[in-house]
Order: sequence, then C-alpha cells, then structure tokens
Amino acid sequence: MSKANLLDRRQVVSSLLAERKDAIVIGGLGASTYDIAAAGDNDRNLYLWGAMGGAVMIGLGVALAQPKLPVVVITGDGEMLMGMGSLATVGLQKPKNLTIVVLDNEVYGETGGQASHTSGGADLVGVAKACGIPQASSMTTMAEVEAFKGSLQDVSAGPRFASVKIDSANLERALSNRDGTFIVNRIRGALGFQPI
Amino acid sequence: MTYFESDSEDIFSILKRFDVRQVPYVPDAGHSQLINRVIAEPSMHAVSLTTEEEGVALLAGAWAGGQRGVLLMQSSGVGNCINMFSLTQIFRLPFLTLVTMRGEWGEFNPWQVPMGSSTQAVFELSGIKVLRANHPDEVREVVEAAAGQAYNACTPTAVLLSQRLIGAKVFTK
Repeated sequence: MSKANLLDRRQVVSSLLAERKDAIVIGGLGASTYDIAAAGDNDRNLYLWGAMGGAVMIGLGVALAQPKLPVVVITGDGEMLMGMGSLATVGLQKPKNLTIVVLDNEVYGETGGQASHTSGGADLVGVAKACGIPQASSMTTMAEVEAFKGSLQDVSAGPRFASVKIDSANLERALSNRDGTFIVNRIRGALGFQPI
Repeated sequence: MTYFESDSEDIFSILKRFDVRQVPYVPDAGHSQLINRVIAEPSMHAVSLTTEEEGVALLAGAWAGGQRGVLLMQSSGVGNCINMFSLTQIFRLPFLTLVTMRGEWGEFNPWQVPMGSSTQAVFELSGIKVLRANHPDEVREVVEAAAGQAYNACTPTAVLLSQRLIGAKVFTK
C-alpha cells in the first residue's frame, strides 16, 4: 500500500471512540495515549506513560473485573510487540468484553522513527489468531474502522483484535494527565469505588 | 515439592478473607497446591501468564476495575518484572506477591542462585516492602500481615517463602 493511503491515527481513534458510552479505554505508552487524549479526556481513560508492554494486560485486568463493561486497549505496534505474550494470556482467558486495537505505523515514532518488526513482516493479526483470538482482523480504510467501532460495545462476543495500518507522521502531542494515582482513582470513582 | 498443605490452606483462606479476585501466576512447584485451590474457586480468576511482568500489569488493571489480586511466582521471575513494578508506585497499588524462593537452602542448580540472591534487593530497590517466612509456623502470620498492609494501606508488599519451607528441589536420587 502506498503511504498516501495510510490512515490518520487521530481520525481513527476519534472515530473508534465517538460513541464509546461507558467503555473503559486504555492507551499504550506513546502516541496512542496522545490520540486518546486528543479524542477527548474522559474519567474512564487509563493513560499509560510507561510500563511498556503492559497495556493489554492492564486491559485484561479491567475486563475481568468489569465483565459487563466494554474495555478497549488502543496501543501501538512497538508496545504490542513488547507484550506479545499477553495475547496468549488473553487467548486463554477469552474475556468477552475486551477489544485490542493496534495502531500500526511500523515504526517507533516516539524515539525517532526506527523500524519496528511489523515493517519486516511480523504479523500481529496472525499472532493474535494463533494465540486463540479468532476475531482478529486488519483494517486499512476508514470505512472498515467505521464498520468495526460498533463491535466495541459488544460485551458478549470478544475478545477481538484489530490492527489498523496508520501513517507514521509524528503529530503534535496531545498531553493527557500523567499522574497515575489521579488517573486510576478517577476511573475507580467513575465505577463507584471509594478511596481507601 | 510444595510447601505444606496446611500452609496452602492458610494462605488460601487469607486471600478469600481479603476478597482477592484475580490470581495471576507463573507455575511453580511450591505454589502448586495453592494454584489448584485458586483454579477450583469460582470467585477467583486464576490467570496463567507467559511471563511474570504480565501479572503486575494485570493487577494494575484489576485495581482500576475495583478488584484485588495477588501475583504468585518464584524468585527467578522477580527480575522479569522490574520495569512493570513501576506501576505499583505510579498507581499506589495494593500490590501483593507471594514468592517461592529458589537459589538458597541446599540449592542443587547454580543457575537459580544469582536471581535468588538478588530477589529481596530487587523488590526493595523497586519500592516494594519485603516480608519473609522461614518456618511453617510463621507462614500464616506473615501472609496475613503482608495482605493487611498491601490491601489496607496500599503498600506494595512481597512475601518471600523460604526454600527451607519446601526443601531443595531433588534432581538426583
């Protein structure tokens, strides 16, 4: 595919989250967190500024704790590659309310654009399927993203995995909150849990 | 080899009492009875991991979603968690891990010794309090105290279960 056809990451995330309702959204370290912040701050956003490789497992922990709520992990290809084993763990647990979206620009954008393994053929959709997540697909058009986003609300048929091929342009950072205790306690408050 | 069945039962009942709901683990012979107990318990999610650091992240998500958890692993897995341990401080997690020790007390396998020797220091450098049980009659008390400070005071805590409780793994007759 020519670079000109690759999707704009902000447009993808903004579309995915436009009708998020009560969904809890976890953003992986790096640009995915900025994309989620750019789509609009929300009490149910869990922004990661570190813990690379942990986004999917954090999503799984939330999904197991809140099986009636949609849980969406939006992360990048580099962050997903670092936590690839977590796809096997999700494949074993099969949380019906968890969706994993990888924004795949085939580079480590935050550190200077070095090529990631997906640029050389690592197939994350294939990995997800082989790990026991049969609903795994690749999306290359906004029409596909628009058609997919409704499934985020479905808490009875997950887990699902989607890779979206995006443009590698480094966009201006949209800085989210970065105080972890604030972020996690805000989500807990939104779910009705009191501070200790 | 496992630690005594009565210790497994004591630990399990403490976890139940503290309303622990998610139990990520990397299998370890020492924890085997406890793991089986958790798998059979409908109120708990037993989550088998590919690597221990997954468990730290899982427990961060569990806490965000309103549940408590405990990570079961052996000492060789502690080093795998170091960067992910940052979550325990960043989120001020009620983090509890129970660690069966290798690399001490008559160890046969030299490859277990380096990580076993640095396990306590790794936790402490990562901001996690360490309590240790060396004898069967102190396991219940130590785990109880650790769970109390982890869950009531959001003080990340590791319990080291000495290889002395279990006995050195036997490789040759």
